Amino acid sequence: MAQTDHAEHDTSSLSDRLTALAAWPVHLVFRLLEWPFAALQRLVGIRRMPWLFLAPNLVFFGLFVVIPLFINFAFSLTGGTQLFLSDRPFVGTEQYGFLLDCETFGDPVTCREDRFWKGIYNTATFIFFQVSFMVLFSLITALILNREIRGRGFFRAVFFFPVLLSPVVVALIWKWILLRDGILNAFLVSIGLDKILFFVSPEWSMFWAIFVSIWAHMGFYTLILLAGLQAIPPDLYEAAEMDGTRPERVFWRITLPLLWPNLLVVVVLALIKGVQIFDEVFVLTGGGPGTATQFIVQYIYNTGFTDQVQNFGLAAAASVVLGVVLFFLTMAQLAATRRRDDG
Amino acid sequence: MGKLAQMMTARRGRGRLHWTDVFSYVYLAFGVVLMFGPVVWLVLSSFKTPAGLVEFPPTFLPLSQIEVEVEGHRKPLPLYRTTLEDGTVRDLAQIRRIGIVSQMVDPENPDQTYKVPIDQREEIREFRLALENYSDPLERFNFLKYLSNSVIVTVVATAVTLLINSMAAYGLAIYQFRGRNAIMVFVIGTLLIPITVILVPVYLVVTQLGMINSLWAVILPGAATPTGVFLLRQYMLTIPKDLIEAARMDKASEWQIYSRVVLPLATPAIAVLAIFSIMWRWNDFLWPLIVLNRSEVYTLQVGLNAFQGELDVQWHYILAMTVVTLIPVTLVFAFLQRFITTGIANAGMK
Repeated sequence: MAQTDHAEHDTSSLSDRLTALAAWPVHLVFRLLEWPFAALQRLVGIRRMPWLFLAPNLVFFGLFVVIPLFINFAFSLTGGTQLFLSDRPFVGTEQYGFLLDCETFGDPVTCREDRFWKGIYNTATFIFFQVSFMVLFSLITALILNREIRGRGFFRAVFFFPVLLSPVVVALIWKWILLRDGILNAFLVSIGLDKILFFVSPEWSMFWAIFVSIWAHMGFYTLILLAGLQAIPPDLYEAAEMDGTRPERVFWRITLPLLWPNLLVVVVLALIKGVQIFDEVFVLTGGGPGTATQFIVQYIYNTGFTDQVQNFGLAAAASVVLGVVLFFLTMAQLAATRRRDDG
Repeated sequence: MGKLAQMMTARRGRGRLHWTDVFSYVYLAFGVVLMFGPVVWLVLSSFKTPAGLVEFPPTFLPLSQIEVEVEGHRKPLPLYRTTLEDGTVRDLAQIRRIGIVSQMVDPENPDQTYKVPIDQREEIREFRLALENYSDPLERFNFLKYLSNSVIVTVVATAVTLLINSMAAYGLAIYQFRGRNAIMVFVIGTLLIPITVILVPVYLVVTQLGMINSLWAVILPGAATPTGVFLLRQYMLTIPKDLIEAARMDKASEWQIYSRVVLPLATPAIAVLAIFSIMWRWNDFLWPLIVLNRSEVYTLQVGLNAFQGELDVQWHYILAMTVVTLIPVTLVFAFLQRFITTGIANAGMK
């Protein structure tokens, strides 16, 4: 915002004119709707008007959230490959039985639907590392950005920028860097190491899936933690300084306890996002090599939409399992948010 | 020098440079490289020719070999700095290469040809932006179609979202009526059900409505956002009730109060929701991937994914198209960063 007054004046008059230009169709639409809504108001009376305003949104929620939620259960209890429910035979809990049929739950290979369990184990591994390192680095970044640093706005913007990039763009950027003849391998060769075929190795693929998703989303969590840090009353720090408290002690006794509610919110939010990981990793590794980076959502996507035989029932049953996990996580989020906002 | 060092190390507050200050700046410098570096590398690479892209180790800037027109040859010939047998160094153009020997010609004097071992010559290169990476996809692929599909989806979906969400928020914020709290709980409840949980049934609904492989299949399912309703309602609650009562006294209809009194006052919140909606829609991937199966209806994100999944990956086009996909978001970021960051800090949503 380092503009001179003159420049600011010019741009604002231009933007005013553009806004007016963009606004006139909007005004027109609202004008055209005026008469029918006035007629409806005479018809139903002012007491029922709120329902009229709510109606479009509720229709959308009903059509694309509530009804699907019930159909999902219905799907998970039927078999066959037909899309329309009336053509599908009822099979009871067979799909769930198939999904959950394992000799030992500790080893995906012993399960009848080993891809599903591989997806769950991969997701669990991913979440464990992704969430812990993301929260750690977000915290460090937020703590540093909260200091009296020159160019703080610039640095904050730098860390936040990748958050806005689309998952496909993020994945392509990193895929380009990590290719066999990519710049990272050029660096490895230049310091005397061998090239690494990152996407052929299951461990490296998982590492980069975790790394890239942290790279893309860290800025968001940093921002929440930064807001939390800035909400800590400065007089607490002043008092600590007057008492000559050591910085480490200030961190453990003031900063961390007061930031704790925010940290909790960040952890749960990251867990909710992590369970649903799909986009970046799908474009980056395609779930491979083999099924090394295939996660739950990709299992659902493959089972329902890309496999030769589209098994909608099985995909729906897996979604219900995912939904149950997300339900508990969201409850935890609401509890954490309430604790933060009340406390 | 002393003055300069003093200036560099001076800090507000305490005077001395603590090790944590050094650590902070090192961390931040590293962060800048790690966060911006990949994007810079993408942009630089997108201007390289296919030959420049497969080069290993890669050059930093987009370079390409100079080619010259030589009399008697139809195609332009690549130029090399050549060391001749007698030790003189000259800039010669290569006519053809046979094994480890190449046949060269002097561009100044086209009758004079030389036979030179290939290890005696070196490419002469210049800085050149391969703009054809950007222009070719416009003609050769459906890229322009993907771009316009993405723009249509983003604009229409954002308009629908703003309209129906602001109407719902108005209904919930301005009126006292039975069932209001139940509706609020319901709206927040829909937050519990992300699209990943109901992929199959929403696909069924969209198929029933006959919208598969049309852009409506992408636009409509996500149009009613619980976050949007919540955000706008919280803002509208702060509008003084007297204003609405006064408008009613003046015999304004409820629709007029909504569109002429409340909406203009709620512009800041609507702007935040608009920015979020634009980003959600532009970047959307999983759902379009499921419902758009024909190339004509692909959005940019789906189209890019299809290109990178092909057997013969044309990276020079993909990189350029990725840069194009990145531009709108970067512009939004450059101009509206403040809105976005405060919006996220306040609402805790993405």
